[in-house]
Amino acid sequence: MEKPMSYESEDHLNLKATELRLGLPGRDESDKQSSPSAKNNKRTSPEMEGVLYAENEEQDCTPPPKAQVVGWPPVRSYRKNCFQPKKIEADASGVYVKVSMDGAPYLRKIDLNVYKSYPELLKALENMFKCTIGVYSERDGYDGSDYAPIYEDKDGDWMLVGDVPWDMFSTSCKRMRIMKGSEAKGLGCL
Amino acid sequence: MDPKRSRNSHESVNSSESTRFPDEVLERVLSLLTSHKDRSSVSLVCKDWYNAERWTRTHVFIGNCYSVSPEIVVGRFPAIRSVTLKGKPRFSDFNLVPENWGADIHQWLVVFAEKYPFLEELRLKRMTVTDESLEFLATSFSYFKAISLMSCDGFSTDGLAAIATHCKNLTELDIQENDMEDNGGGWLSCFPENFTSLEVLNFASQQGDVSFDALEKLVDRCKSLRVLKVDKYVKLEQLHRLLVRAPQLTDLGTGNFQQELTPRQCAELESAFSNCKNLHTLSGLWDATSLYFPVLYSACGRLTFLNLSYAALQSGDLAKLLPHCPNLRRLWVLDTVEDEGLEAIGSSCPLLEELRVFPAAPFDLDINRGVTESGFIAVSRGCPRLHYVLYFCRQMTNAAVATIVQNCPDFTHFRLCIMNPGQRDYLTGEPMDEAFGAVVKTCTKLQRLAISGLLTDLTFEYIGKYAKNLETLSVAFAGSSDWGMQCVLRGCPKLRKLEIRDSPFGNAALLSGLAKYESMRSLWMSACNVTMNACKLLAREKPRLNVEVMKDDETDSQVDKVYVYRTIAGPRRDAPPFVLTL
Repeated sequence: MEKPMSYESEDHLNLKATELRLGLPGRDESDKQSSPSAKNNKRTSPEMEGVLYAENEEQDCTPPPKAQVVGWPPVRSYRKNCFQPKKIEADASGVYVKVSMDGAPYLRKIDLNVYKSYPELLKALENMFKCTIGVYSERDGYDGSDYAPIYEDKDGDWMLVGDVPWDMFSTSCKRMRIMKGSEAKGLGCL
Repeated sequence: MDPKRSRNSHESVNSSESTRFPDEVLERVLSLLTSHKDRSSVSLVCKDWYNAERWTRTHVFIGNCYSVSPEIVVGRFPAIRSVTLKGKPRFSDFNLVPENWGADIHQWLVVFAEKYPFLEELRLKRMTVTDESLEFLATSFSYFKAISLMSCDGFSTDGLAAIATHCKNLTELDIQENDMEDNGGGWLSCFPENFTSLEVLNFASQQGDVSFDALEKLVDRCKSLRVLKVDKYVKLEQLHRLLVRAPQLTDLGTGNFQQELTPRQCAELESAFSNCKNLHTLSGLWDATSLYFPVLYSACGRLTFLNLSYAALQSGDLAKLLPHCPNLRRLWVLDTVEDEGLEAIGSSCPLLEELRVFPAAPFDLDINRGVTESGFIAVSRGCPRLHYVLYFCRQMTNAAVATIVQNCPDFTHFRLCIMNPGQRDYLTGEPMDEAFGAVVKTCTKLQRLAISGLLTDLTFEYIGKYAKNLETLSVAFAGSSDWGMQCVLRGCPKLRKLEIRDSPFGNAALLSGLAKYESMRSLWMSACNVTMNACKLLAREKPRLNVEVMKDDETDSQVDKVYVYRTIAGPRRDAPPFVLTL
């Protein structure tokens, strides 16, 4: 099974620094302060470091206040691996996911917590990227539209946006992509 | 030891002949003994009994694979059908033992293949098992029935395929908590079409998909299947298909418990669960939320063991579920349920005997949530029969622990982990000595103890003075001087396993146990103040102990890790270069 893409390793490569950004990229919540302690649960909400701190590399490298000790606490590693804690902290400071669009020169970030349903999200995406995504149908996906939104879930699989209940989507979505309609035809027929 | 009584002695004609059993009778009687401790005692009575016992023993338990050699085992016990072997020191679970340390099963299998062709069962814990070994096992023993691997490493699903392919009489395939490489789920298809004998199937620790079609067919044809634990890639609707084919299950590990189901699918799943009239153990439940708990309610009344440690439940979720589970004896949860969740346990599960609370984010240093002392107190109030606890928390007080053991004086296993090393009683600022003092004073049946928090030598004085039934002690970041360890070694007559890390015990402490270590299974000390000289001295004085040192730095006299254990097999022949047997 494909290993899910790890955002932690992405950060080590510092891809953020090489992202092309023009002007103020996707700062929907410009005044939201991510407190340092919001670095919890890196595994599930790496985006929480916040786009605000993209330029501030120190935030990523801030050492934890206490030292990590080998083999302490005495918890078996399989418990660490299996377990994906719920994004409880996420509600406080936003669930930012990257959104890329085929053909666009730079990515955007949106806070999924701002939206309560798919229509809201899709409308926001349409506005942000100046495109038409259209209406979702269970059978045909977004067939007929110029674009189809897909997202990468916790398992690393790319899924069509709209199939699962909103809550399930917003907690398992790691990043999104707006795919060109011609490419998306395949997905819609699944 | 009693004087020898030779079988053919003429002396016996005159002496108490009437009290001598014919050997056949003695062997018949002894063959009814199953406990290895009883058998051990029996074998010490006299030579006759030693012989009768060794001929009738069918199961051998070896708590430390290096304490004896395969050749010695097969030499003494000719009729073994079942073997249990434990390998690495327990701290290897927490990455304190480097890779390739040893405890490889292969040489054992080679010897067994020659001397125990009728071997039926093999149960291993913390051993290294390769795919080649599994294949060798599967092809060498035609009557092989049961394999159980717990916390083992070195194998992949290919090894399981070998077992499935060749073991025609397999009843048990139990793969628990292992580091198993996933080379695909095709191994399930390797069970032949006419294979129907499986009773136990546990592959919960697999990290990938299995061929569901093969699984479904297997479950369908194995009518004696009573234990089924699938991995987290099996979905809810697939679970339903399995359950309707195996309503006789007593022990179920579900797969992922989060999937969008239609109301009809929910009803079907609920019906399937209610048809499992014998279900008493439930685990798995990955990503479960309270959304689908109602499908379980009909089965919950019969549950005695519920493992929720893979589901990040909140207190409300637990409060919804537990009133349906009044017969629980054992419960494992994550600390996401918080103190309120534990209160629900206290009020819903009066028969509870064992509670384990695991930390959801143990390596996350900034989090301040989880359970506290008040949750523990709440459980102790509502569950007076509690005797086994494993509790991870971030704060504790001496007074709370004293209250807890007043409420539950029957603890046999008390494992408290205050996650920040050396943490004080958060209300009084004092060390946690009195907490563990209360435990050992009140819980006279205590067999296993794990301590944590800021602890001085006083804790160890208490342990040495009061913990007279203590067999296993785990120490980390505790104690002030050699005196502490000396108290324990001097005072605990039944001590068998002592594991210590990051504590200021040095040579005097190590050497004070000179007379004791042969009566113990093993001693582990890491990141303490022990030097090479003391270890060498110990090794010299006690030739029947293996004193193994693991060093990071060749030149330093300070010892990183020392592992001391009794053995009749002499020094290890398979020690890797970083293990020095003195």
